[in-house]
Amino acid sequence: METKQTVRIGAGAGTSDDRMVPALELAERGDIDYLVFECLAERTVSRENLARSKNSNLGYSPSLHARLRMVLPACMRNGIRIVSNMGAANPLGGARAARKEAADLGLGDVPVAVVLGDDVSSIVKHRPELRLIENGEPLESILPAMISANAYLGADVVCEALNTGAPIVLSGRVADPSLFLAPMMHEFGWAYDDLPKIAQGTAAGHLLECTASVTGGCFGWPGKKDVPDLARNGFPFADVKVDGSIVIGKTPGTGGRLDVMTCTEQLIYEIHDPTAYITPDCVLDITGVALTQEGADRVRVEHAKARPATDTYKVNVGYADGYIGEGEVSYGGIDAVARAKWAAEIVKERLKLQGFSYDDFRVDLIGMSSLHDQVDIRPEPYEVRLRMAGRTRERKAAHAIGFEVRAMHMHGPGGAGGACEPRVRDVLAVKSVLLPKNQVNAQVIVEGSL
Amino acid sequence: MTVRVYDLAHARAGDKGNTSNISVICYETKHWEFLERELTTQRVAQAFRHLAKGPIKRYPLRNLKAFNFVIENALGGGVTVSLAQDIHGKSYSNVMLAIELPNLK
Repeated sequence: METKQTVRIGAGAGTSDDRMVPALELAERGDIDYLVFECLAERTVSRENLARSKNSNLGYSPSLHARLRMVLPACMRNGIRIVSNMGAANPLGGARAARKEAADLGLGDVPVAVVLGDDVSSIVKHRPELRLIENGEPLESILPAMISANAYLGADVVCEALNTGAPIVLSGRVADPSLFLAPMMHEFGWAYDDLPKIAQGTAAGHLLECTASVTGGCFGWPGKKDVPDLARNGFPFADVKVDGSIVIGKTPGTGGRLDVMTCTEQLIYEIHDPTAYITPDCVLDITGVALTQEGADRVRVEHAKARPATDTYKVNVGYADGYIGEGEVSYGGIDAVARAKWAAEIVKERLKLQGFSYDDFRVDLIGMSSLHDQVDIRPEPYEVRLRMAGRTRERKAAHAIGFEVRAMHMHGPGGAGGACEPRVRDVLAVKSVLLPKNQVNAQVIVEGSL
Repeated sequence: MTVRVYDLAHARAGDKGNTSNISVICYETKHWEFLERELTTQRVAQAFRHLAKGPIKRYPLRNLKAFNFVIENALGGGVTVSLAQDIHGKSYSNVMLAIELPNLK
């Protein structure tokens, strides 16, 4: 295979609910070689595991259909390869769904390389002594309620999937930056011991993994940090060269802004110790990184450093942890806050009278204290929305919260309006353990014929 | 006269488990040393005392004219179990920006 001079890798999604059209714009006029869709939040795999337990064909990201239907024609026409973790809890099922979408679009038999092995539930089941990172307790404490256990796989196995030549690569849990690093390793033959390049590629992946966060999304502030044409903000890409040089850019003709400020916010985003950002591929150090504006909407990334990867994978263990119940109702005008506070006391008393108890309980006055607390020092607004929420083992107790809040219409202080229906949701909690890499069997299989 | 973090820097909050990280990024390089001196973990802890138990660590990122504050026990147990409206604590960057510091000399 002839090595390209520059490979352009686009970010097509940064969360399961990301906007769709900017990915199509990248595929149609971004001149990209790869389009990466990162669609798994911490608990998404648990949720999809539950979906698969009800229907064995499901368990991949529900948005796979709509996303692929939108971009596949342009990707196939322009020779753009797709890399995504939309396989979620069922990468094989996702691959079959993807192939069906391609066939239905008249694109023929499109093979899909599937990354397997992130599901380590059958392995950790026999390792009750593993320590939970969050609280140091043994895994045993949550094993009975375990729904899923998935290792964050690295770029190596995704690269292996790209080596098959399949136009689409689908995985379950893979570390976000690794999805972007894999095409670089594939194109340029970078190995894990080539740390300066692995570092640069990981930094680029981290900059791209939240899509619009480097192009002006989650950034703008009127008069202080203006973002032009934010309504039509485009998605970013990285131009990567074989020597590890990286420039971040975005789809031509789209809105938003891409500069050193937006890139700095994303570079530090969700990093703890900046000398040790641990991915399955390396331990990244961003303290020396230099970001330079190279042109309009183009930022050069230099001097990322890395140490070799650790010998463990981080494993997210999802488990059922009871229910959260919620209710809301509004008060407006004279003494709105006093009436809302009184309502909260009445609801609490009624819940207690019925014998319900809660592991955690919360009262918010939306408009005053729902985000940053400290209700006693906030100025009183004209209107306020009371929100009450509690976590409990009992579904009935969870439902009672919203039920009693709604009853404020008829059984509470005067002038309550606009209560919502009682809300109850299953809590899919996530904790993590470390598992030696040599105990995980990451592998690639191809659906369809190459 | 006091100065707010907001006047000198921009910020963004992220979450991992029950830990919030908030970047503070100077608009101008010349203000980094002022923030290094005045935006101490003690001041940040004071501003977040009702939201987070801590501990809080501050990592300097001089090259990026920035700091990274890592605040533990800040997110009601973490996004999957939190009862908060803002389960990710995305709005916490605004608590950071509102911190008042002694006059800029």
